[in-house]
Amino acid sequence: MPVSTTEELKITDGLMEFVQEWKNKPGNLIMILHRTQQEYGFVPRKIAMDLAKVLDVPLAKIYGVITFYHFFKLEKPGKNQISVCMGTACYLKGAGDLIQEIENVIGIGVNQTTDDQEFSLESVRCVGCCGLAPVLTVNGEVYGKLKKDQIAEIVAKHRGA
Amino acid sequence: MAFNHYLLVCGGTGCESSNADKIYTNLKSQAEAQGVAESCQIVKTGCFGFCEKGPIVKVLPEQNFYVGVKPEDVEEIIAEQIVKGRRIERLQYKEIGKAGAEKSAKGGIENIGFYQKQVRVVLRNCGFINPEDITEYIARDGYAALEKVLFEMKPSDVIDELKKSGLRGRGGAGFPTWRKWSFSADVKDVDQKFIVCNADEGDPGAYMDRSVLEGDPHSVLEAMAIAGYTVGADKGFIYIRAEYPLAINRLKIAIGQAKEVGLLGNKILGTEFSFDIEIRFGAGAFVCGEETALLASIEGERGMPRPRPPFPATNGLWGKPTVINNVETWANIPVIITKGGDWFANIGTATSKGTKVFALTGKINNSGLVEVPMGTPLRDIIYNIGGGIPNGRKFKAVQTGGPSGGVITADNIDVPIDFEHLQELGSIMGSGGMIVMDEDDCIVDVAKFYLEFTVEESCGKCAPCRIGGRKLYNLLDKISKGSGTMEDLEKIKSIGNAMKKASLCGLGQTAPNPALSSMHYFYDEYLSHIKDKTCPAGVCKDLVTYTIKEDKCIGCTLCARRCPVSCISGERKNPHFIDQDKCIKCGECFTVCKFDAVLRA
Repeated sequence: MPVSTTEELKITDGLMEFVQEWKNKPGNLIMILHRTQQEYGFVPRKIAMDLAKVLDVPLAKIYGVITFYHFFKLEKPGKNQISVCMGTACYLKGAGDLIQEIENVIGIGVNQTTDDQEFSLESVRCVGCCGLAPVLTVNGEVYGKLKKDQIAEIVAKHRGA
Repeated sequence: MAFNHYLLVCGGTGCESSNADKIYTNLKSQAEAQGVAESCQIVKTGCFGFCEKGPIVKVLPEQNFYVGVKPEDVEEIIAEQIVKGRRIERLQYKEIGKAGAEKSAKGGIENIGFYQKQVRVVLRNCGFINPEDITEYIARDGYAALEKVLFEMKPSDVIDELKKSGLRGRGGAGFPTWRKWSFSADVKDVDQKFIVCNADEGDPGAYMDRSVLEGDPHSVLEAMAIAGYTVGADKGFIYIRAEYPLAINRLKIAIGQAKEVGLLGNKILGTEFSFDIEIRFGAGAFVCGEETALLASIEGERGMPRPRPPFPATNGLWGKPTVINNVETWANIPVIITKGGDWFANIGTATSKGTKVFALTGKINNSGLVEVPMGTPLRDIIYNIGGGIPNGRKFKAVQTGGPSGGVITADNIDVPIDFEHLQELGSIMGSGGMIVMDEDDCIVDVAKFYLEFTVEESCGKCAPCRIGGRKLYNLLDKISKGSGTMEDLEKIKSIGNAMKKASLCGLGQTAPNPALSSMHYFYDEYLSHIKDKTCPAGVCKDLVTYTIKEDKCIGCTLCARRCPVSCISGERKNPHFIDQDKCIKCGECFTVCKFDAVLRA
């Protein structure tokens, strides 16, 4: 859903339906934040404030949870999310070099987004296909047994796609 | 019409990400197109374990084992194998014999070295059934254990059976499962108890639990229901990493189907026993694998551990008695009930019963998921099952227990792997990650990698872990940069021991293990970094220099063209030269040189 500024954001109908369903279940906050991130790609400040009202919990509590868990993002990610696996198997087989090469190719480091909003780069802990190490995913699509020189090709494939 | 052929396609995450799904749909449409759809059944199963060779297609009854299959091979598989009944040699798995010659493995996985030493208890259904169809699980004795428990056994009988089996928790610490259960069962006068499945598999380089959930989700559901009956709980939670979408999806399907046929929900199988299971997502915090932190997370809080006792078995979720076991432990329970505790106790060693699933990864030929009886020596796992180290490199060590464990070296390769022996060696069983390192891996760098991980994952609640971990990391970093001193090694020991004693939870207590264990077994390598300022494996960039040997360089210009910072100069057909001020030590020149003219020191 394209939105220009975060200030205009409202809780979408789909999210609201989910919130109502979970509202009275104990321990619902993490599940609701997952659903929120699914909706917007991150947890926008405006939505966090709205959720605090709907759920009747302090905003500080919501931010406490968001900042504790790596999975939740506070900033809008790029159109294409590149996640390089830094699990042990991938690390030993050169995942660090892949990150270096991505930096060379698209000019951003880990946890950064390109100026044109095309790509964000993150390092993740174990995608769970260690047999294919080293591995990276672009928007969930897995590329395995990678060599450094394949990076440019993968980036090109997703750019503007 | 009856089926005369069965095609099993591996649908584990590894294979799925290399087009297994496309292979499956192609098989379906090709079978249709070539008119054999009625006589051959095509099933997408859970993980076969042999991830190195994926995607894999198994053909029954011939037992042909096709590896590295591509979507475009499918037409031939149907035409040759199914229509004409001929094996496709090109795709058949080939074993590399002693002389290095390849030979097609005979039919049957029992002829494949990777499987020969394995005993599949936990993974009994992975790679055999369609995990998205409850009837296939039931056809292989699924839910027979639950039925037996509900109609023939008292709760105390179940605990006795578990006690006989000697099953110990597979999540790391190895606590006897029957004791956990009986603590919860013994609590009377509470209105609610809970059953929790720990599927927050955060150890980097381990994916056993994921494969069980993807390949055989019902075994976990069945076991949780059995526990519910035994301790008197009617509600279960599965806490699973949000990063495992395939496993989550298959669990959802499984729970839905089990409810539909009355194996979960109200009045199961017409008895008075009701049990329901809900899925809760983790959100990428390693510490949530610790049971009290996990419970805090299910409660919707920051996942911070709390001091024990009281233990979750008596004061768990929302203060109620809660049985928490990890996925692999759960998957053992139904077979223990159907085949009996004595049968299970026959497998394994005196103190560690049953089997253990390991995720064998790193510098190993056959990486994948292996299940062996407890007590199997590491040598069997590395060489017979794993097929040894690739590219003729030398075996250096295996890290077990991930960031909480330690290394096992070549000297101890014949020690039987069980809870006690691993502890004696200064490592732990952990959840089952087994990462193989060869001579190209620097032990200081690996220890630093693990410490970086635990520092990042420390929740920060207790000082020993929060401050100690950071200090350890800084010391290792200093050593890897060549500015370490002998005093630093002593500091690592004293900080490490303090963390072990004083940290609140398992994460902090075990965080120093990778450093302490690698220092114990590879003291010389630490000394090289400190005294000689060299990294023997050539990994620590600050200690490595690349130079070109003039007598060997023929001036082919390959290195100069490949150098990312253009710091290599020289005329064609004349020796080249590396400008050390500009060199970023990426090692590209060393890798590409065909004449061994680049020297790494």
